[in-house]
Amino acid sequence: MVARKLSLKQKYGHFTRGMDWEPSYQAKEDIFPFASYEGIKIHDWDAWEDPFKLTMDAYWKFQAEKERKLYAVIDSMAQNNGQLGITDARYLNAVKLFIQGVTPLEYQAHRHFAHLARHLPGAGLRVAAQMQSIDELRHCQTQIHTISHYNKFFDGIHDFAHMHDRLWYLSVPKSFFDDATSAGPFEFLTAISFSFEYVLTNLLFVPFMSGAAYNGDMATVTFGFSAQSDESRHMTLGLEAIRFILEQDEANVPIVQRWIDKWFWRGYRLLSLVGMMMDYMLPKKVMSWAEAWESYYEEAGGALFADLARYGIREPKYADVAKAEKGHLTHQAWTIFYNYTHAAAIHTWDVDDQHLAWLREKYPETFEQIYQPRYLKWREQAAEGKRFYNNGLPQLCQVCQIPMVFTEVGDPDTISFRVSEHEGDKYHTCSDGCRDIFDHEPVKYAQAWLPVHQIFQGNCGGATLPEVLDWYHINQGADNMDYAGSPEEAQWDKWMEGRRPPLAVAAE
Amino acid sequence: MSRPVSITLQSSQDGIAIADAIMADNPEATRNAFPAMIKIDAPGRLTIKGDTVSELLGREWDPQEIHMSVVSLSGSVDEDDGSFTLFWR
Amino acid sequence: MNIDIQAEAIIPRRQTFSHIARRFGVDKPASRYEEATFDVQPTANFHYRPTYAPEFELYDPRRTKIAMADWYVFRDPRQFYYATYNINRAAMQQSFDDAVNFVEKRDLIGSVAREWRDRVAGYLLPLRHVEWGANMNCQLIADWGYGTQITSAAAFCGADRLGLGQVISRIGLVLGDGSDEELVAAKQRWMEAAEWQPLRRLVEDMLVVRDWFEVYVAQLVVLDGLLYPLVTDAFDRAGAAHNGAPIAMLTGFLTDWYADNSRWVDAVVKAAAAESEGNRAVLNGWLDTWGARAADALAPIAGQVLGDMGPAAIAEARAQLSDRLQKLGLSFAKELAA
Repeated sequence: MVARKLSLKQKYGHFTRGMDWEPSYQAKEDIFPFASYEGIKIHDWDAWEDPFKLTMDAYWKFQAEKERKLYAVIDSMAQNNGQLGITDARYLNAVKLFIQGVTPLEYQAHRHFAHLARHLPGAGLRVAAQMQSIDELRHCQTQIHTISHYNKFFDGIHDFAHMHDRLWYLSVPKSFFDDATSAGPFEFLTAISFSFEYVLTNLLFVPFMSGAAYNGDMATVTFGFSAQSDESRHMTLGLEAIRFILEQDEANVPIVQRWIDKWFWRGYRLLSLVGMMMDYMLPKKVMSWAEAWESYYEEAGGALFADLARYGIREPKYADVAKAEKGHLTHQAWTIFYNYTHAAAIHTWDVDDQHLAWLREKYPETFEQIYQPRYLKWREQAAEGKRFYNNGLPQLCQVCQIPMVFTEVGDPDTISFRVSEHEGDKYHTCSDGCRDIFDHEPVKYAQAWLPVHQIFQGNCGGATLPEVLDWYHINQGADNMDYAGSPEEAQWDKWMEGRRPPLAVAAE
Repeated sequence: MSRPVSITLQSSQDGIAIADAIMADNPEATRNAFPAMIKIDAPGRLTIKGDTVSELLGREWDPQEIHMSVVSLSGSVDEDDGSFTLFWR
Repeated sequence: MNIDIQAEAIIPRRQTFSHIARRFGVDKPASRYEEATFDVQPTANFHYRPTYAPEFELYDPRRTKIAMADWYVFRDPRQFYYATYNINRAAMQQSFDDAVNFVEKRDLIGSVAREWRDRVAGYLLPLRHVEWGANMNCQLIADWGYGTQITSAAAFCGADRLGLGQVISRIGLVLGDGSDEELVAAKQRWMEAAEWQPLRRLVEDMLVVRDWFEVYVAQLVVLDGLLYPLVTDAFDRAGAAHNGAPIAMLTGFLTDWYADNSRWVDAVVKAAAAESEGNRAVLNGWLDTWGARAADALAPIAGQVLGDMGPAAIAEARAQLSDRLQKLGLSFAKELAA
């Protein structure tokens, strides 16, 4: 049905903001109590222009169609044991990292976009936020449904929500999103809609989805493509929202800049897990982290911030550090996981010669000199039956909560280590970026539930490692430890008998 | 040369028709194929016309159906009667 | 002769997720609804307090007076997860679109008595603003509620309210012969006409309630529970005398939606009431307070539509809601206090 006299814009106006009204019986500040405490000034909410004019009739129709197609693939994959088509079982560790680390963040996004859908005074923005809220629920639920089939065969997936809230490496994504949802609505928009869903989104999407495509995981690829059309709405909201806020008042610019600096850095640190996944967990590699960073941040981001310069916004602080670290980041992250794989719900393994060659090629300035020697040493130890596991617990950065393994720019022999004082206590951070975040809001970051501190305080099931692993719900000897000798490896080798030879695990 | 806008579409039946329509209606656009995707770049501005796509598909196609085929886009979005446009402010 | 296809022994090592197996007491396959809702929401070890409400955790059962031992007894009888929700609503929407096409093609609105057509525009179109308020209330429940079961269903309900507001708006365009005149007039009535102010005041008052379960009761149980039967039943029936059937065709979406949503609301309220004497006392208190206010707010509108029959229609709606609530273990004063 098409109204003869109204344009799409006019109709959409009636179908959204036209239903809103200025309250008379209650004060606007009481209906929207969180709209001003961050110091952001919005003078005219009506100036927001809706980029997409999606009404619920179209939403339901399109999303129903996408879901029908997606579930047909999920059903087919389950029925036909699609997991037999992946390159190698080690690929599943990328999927485990995803369901443990990312799927719970989709859920948090769902809930918090509902928060925005209720508490932002602007009607147009509320509509965009509520669509994103159920989009994110979609992503959460379709990921659970897709990965449900893998759960039947592979380890580390079975208690993902419980683990997300407890395991040491999963506090990295959990604290990232808790940081955003505990902030006000405008910071959340900057942190998630802009920094995460616009600036950095390709650095999450491309590694996981392309990784799935290259490694035979058809179900995840299909999910990825299906979700991407939702992401176009989300990234558009991020870009337009940031513009809108910056245009409303000059006073907003320095506040937004600080948030852009903070969330670039927190997002970048979070992505070290993704980079590690790209460089180490994909049997068939898509591209290196360094290449992804160059393409999706340095080139694309450069153009974006050149455009935002007209508002007085500059490129995020410490972008130069991220650039300088790109030859090191993933190897340091893998090092952490290799050290602590006995306490993690993913496997790691010794790097074979073919993989070493790829890493040397992709990281010519750093890999052979700095990281290859340790991998060779570890391989030697494993071959002697003394596979190395680190029996201590690492110090975590107070802000990003990653173990303190990153090194100073230009000095790979020195751990990057910063100290701040707050109310008589010392707090340790991994970088200038994290230290700045701490120093700006020490009361907030002092609250963090640091997994290692919590273990030492006796809050994680007991004083011994097996007790802690039990508390984590890690199935010991299955979820954790090296891939070599794992039940998954045995299962995979059995499946592949008569199908194809397993990939080489280590050097001859 | 003004800043490029771009749209990446799935290489589905609809996606291919949309890509063909864009190329027909936007003379300065360039098209590149990727695995399962088509990426189209254009300097400054790109418009998708519902009529053109409808003609190519042999059925009524509303520009809002772009939601079924889009993978990614770069630029500000404007939906209007019968068209979908990407541009930079 | 048998055809015996040899299946490879690709044997699952487990049937479902551990958190679901714990609930079942055994590892057996779970439904998609169960996988999509059980225990997905975080419950522990939050890193920071909300800067906008530091007295609460990020997910906090204390945001309501309602107390539950297990927040996962609010099973949605429709078992909506995202896919089934959207597929269901797309089908409902298709019915509405077909009805609009049917009515417009044959210019059936033209056959409705002008006076009745105006009266329908009078009572129906401002309700899109009530739906807008309902949408905001559902977003509050989705935001501050506890447990994936009730909050995900509330998020779907929020989307429904936006959809309902848009359905009513489209009816307004039909009644306006494609122009927005009727919608503009309806908004003016919402803002200024005397008979609408009690309802607008009620809607605005709901928007400052901070207990999300109270919002649930006020909006989804009480206001919907009185308004929808009034509009889709009593008001609609009055239209029969005026050849109002074409309009009834268009409002079918509202009738169908209310029946569907009530299944969920009934299940939630029943579970909350069954939990404890304490919950029942709280719920009954809310029902009385908001029940009285809603009846008062709807009375002038019923009077406009039904004239002298207005009060009887309100009383009938209250009695029906009371019967419904009794079956759910709750009470609701049938008669308005003198």
